[in-house]
Amino acid sequence: MSEYQHPYRDTAFILQHLVEFDQLCADAGLTEVNQELADAIVEEAGRFGSEVWAPLNFVGDQNGARMTENGVVETEGYADAYQAFVENGWPTLTFPEDFGGQALPNVLGTAVNEVWHSANMAFALCPMLTQGATEAILHHGSDELKETWLPKLVSGEWTGTMNLTEPDAGSDLAAIKTRAVPEGDHYRITGQKIFITWGDHQMTPNIVHLVLARLPDAPAGVKGISLFIVPKFLLDDQGEPAELNDARCVSIEHKLGIHSSPTCTMSFGDEGGAIGYLVGEPNEGLAYMFTMMNHARQTVGLQGLAIAERSYQQAVAYAKERLQGTRKDGSKIPIIEFPDVRRMLMQMRASVEAMRALALVAAAETDRSHYATDDAQAISQERVELYTPIVKGWLTELAQEVTYLGIQVHGGMGFVEETGAAQHARDARILTIYEGTTGIQALDLIGRKTLKNSGQGMTRLLAEVEDTCKGLEATDGLQDLAKALTAALSDTRTALAWILDSGAQSPHAAGAVSNAYLMLCGYLTGGWLMSKQAIIATENLKTGADNSEFLSAKIITARFYCEHLLPRVKAYTETLLKGESSLMALPVDQF
Amino acid sequence: MKILVCVKRVIDYNVKVRVKADQSDVDLTNVKMALNPFCEIAVEEAVRLKEQGKADEVVVVSIGPKAVQEQLRTALALGADRAIQIETEAAPEALNTAKLLAKVVEQEQPGLVLMGKQSIDSDNNQTGQMLAALIGAPQATFAYSLELDAEQVVVTREVDGGLKTLALKLPAVVTTDLRLNEPRYVKLPDIMKAKKKPLAVETPDGLGVALKQHQTVLKVEAPGQRQAGIRVDSVDALLDKLKNEAKVI
Repeated sequence: MSEYQHPYRDTAFILQHLVEFDQLCADAGLTEVNQELADAIVEEAGRFGSEVWAPLNFVGDQNGARMTENGVVETEGYADAYQAFVENGWPTLTFPEDFGGQALPNVLGTAVNEVWHSANMAFALCPMLTQGATEAILHHGSDELKETWLPKLVSGEWTGTMNLTEPDAGSDLAAIKTRAVPEGDHYRITGQKIFITWGDHQMTPNIVHLVLARLPDAPAGVKGISLFIVPKFLLDDQGEPAELNDARCVSIEHKLGIHSSPTCTMSFGDEGGAIGYLVGEPNEGLAYMFTMMNHARQTVGLQGLAIAERSYQQAVAYAKERLQGTRKDGSKIPIIEFPDVRRMLMQMRASVEAMRALALVAAAETDRSHYATDDAQAISQERVELYTPIVKGWLTELAQEVTYLGIQVHGGMGFVEETGAAQHARDARILTIYEGTTGIQALDLIGRKTLKNSGQGMTRLLAEVEDTCKGLEATDGLQDLAKALTAALSDTRTALAWILDSGAQSPHAAGAVSNAYLMLCGYLTGGWLMSKQAIIATENLKTGADNSEFLSAKIITARFYCEHLLPRVKAYTETLLKGESSLMALPVDQF
Repeated sequence: MKILVCVKRVIDYNVKVRVKADQSDVDLTNVKMALNPFCEIAVEEAVRLKEQGKADEVVVVSIGPKAVQEQLRTALALGADRAIQIETEAAPEALNTAKLLAKVVEQEQPGLVLMGKQSIDSDNNQTGQMLAALIGAPQATFAYSLELDAEQVVVTREVDGGLKTLALKLPAVVTTDLRLNEPRYVKLPDIMKAKKKPLAVETPDGLGVALKQHQTVLKVEAPGQRQAGIRVDSVDALLDKLKNEAKVI
């Protein structure tokens, strides 16, 4: 089993040069925060993650969460590791100081979250969902709810869950049936929720469920859904968990991956109704969920990066160790010396670096959208909206390919569970599904984020890509990268023009080309950010501003990206321009 | 009681160290650096003594360029109260280090000086001993456990083949071994707080110490590549080779 080490240098480089972290903190008025502090925090998180959480990753896969008479029991060792995580203050990172948080920028939280998801993605889902629940109460709850629930959610002493999905309401939340009936100062909740991540465990004294349900007089469809807090244990006068609420996990799923993350079927109100508290206004529940969606979706994209990084590190370690074939002098050859193995490792590396750049740049845009004003705020928000489906859709799709290659590098041993290479591919598989499938992301990107604004946001982004093309042309040694990025930009513009014209004309056209559009946007933005890094690395190499090995490797990796991954933009464009033709032609009864 | 902890910035133990092409030194340019693990144990011990109420102030000191402030901040995040950096171009050799530290001891008058038994870069294992001699204080090296009271410190040391327990009158110098404690992880809020703790910068001139060069590094070499092994046919053949080729038995 190889050990995980956080690639702190790549994170620091991206924070410094692409995110311009010091400037971002200054603009946000965070006078105490700077790159030096960020580096110290990311390094310390990396240390904790690799030493405390990473060793439990394989254990959790082999000994997943169990359903018992007393509810779900998590993998052995998790409770202590979670406790240490809480004691070290990691859950508090981005939350406001009023509730015990450290009020650090979202982009730093994202950089640190990469560590947890690389170290142990199934485990990291627990604090990830807690963060979602905490944000919901923070942004939409009354002062009373905030005072009651936030301090212990922010500290991580209690965990949180998000209860949306029901057996007949998955991607279509309008179909939700769970009911909420008013009773004095609270509500009685009755219904069943499925696929509830970390819906039950024994690690903390309480679990705070956020539940979507309908009030008796609610309008039908999406406009009649409200959001409730339903705790596992009701609180006593001192605010401590006391009586068990009528809310329990009744079973957990047997899954392809993330075995240590209990995926619960939750039953509310088997004994007369679980006590719940309304968050915000009645019938606004789905709108509240949407305000959190950008963050949640970007975080799943980040999981794609994180698991890809872990898979890459493991593949590199194996390729350096595994000896096959003999040189003339009798010495054995580590497989990393074979060109085809090198192709796979380079592809994994280039993918991971592009993913990290996009994940952090998008996360920083969220920070900007919060502190910017007027037009700049609108443009920043537009960019967040545009990045979100690309980060979620493209990063998680790319993670499939990277973890697939991670197995392939291992050869037969990759198919054997004891190496742990297969776990990453199995764990990664959920990422293109939950928090909105790739299909949903593609529709979001082509519909709300492109057609609805006549391609305005995309056009603005492409203008920035064009600036980078010029930067590449003006940089010694990067002219061929300029050619590759310029070609990809031109293809993307052709695709965009087709979508804005033909895409709007037939009922199926946009849906049929949406996946190709999402993927080409992903490869283009990845190539854009790798190119920007190559330009900075070339400049710094001249001035000797950073480690020359790191900078040279960055340039080579960017070149590989432009030669091996960026050409995919052309293929996706060709497909896209064919529209729905063969895709929708076959009658249903032919299937 | 005040405890002075002396710490050193070294290459992170996870980094694979490489020798410069001209063999003048190991390559330190932009390599990940960290607090020397033995020094980290010394900081942890001092912080625990403070938490137990046996000490009331923990002062950390390090010698080197501005970059050593990173390691001082780590020590502050671990729980030290304030830090002193003695500004020099590079980490000075051990005797110079000991002389500088002796001046800090004179200024600070600590009841106990804690330091790592050695740094994982130069592996000299001598600074603590030199410091004790310079300030005329008793010393206990390779500390395995430590009991502090107002008058003395009882130190159990790791020695060849066992443990040896010593009682030292204070002030004393104690150097730490690996098993003294397991350092805690730095807490996120403490990283933030460490930024606000006082950090004073001194110079050798200010302390009245003239740095002298006693040693010159002639050459640094990486360990030789291990040769491939061979398979022997019998135990007799093995014994023969051990006797006559390797000459080890």
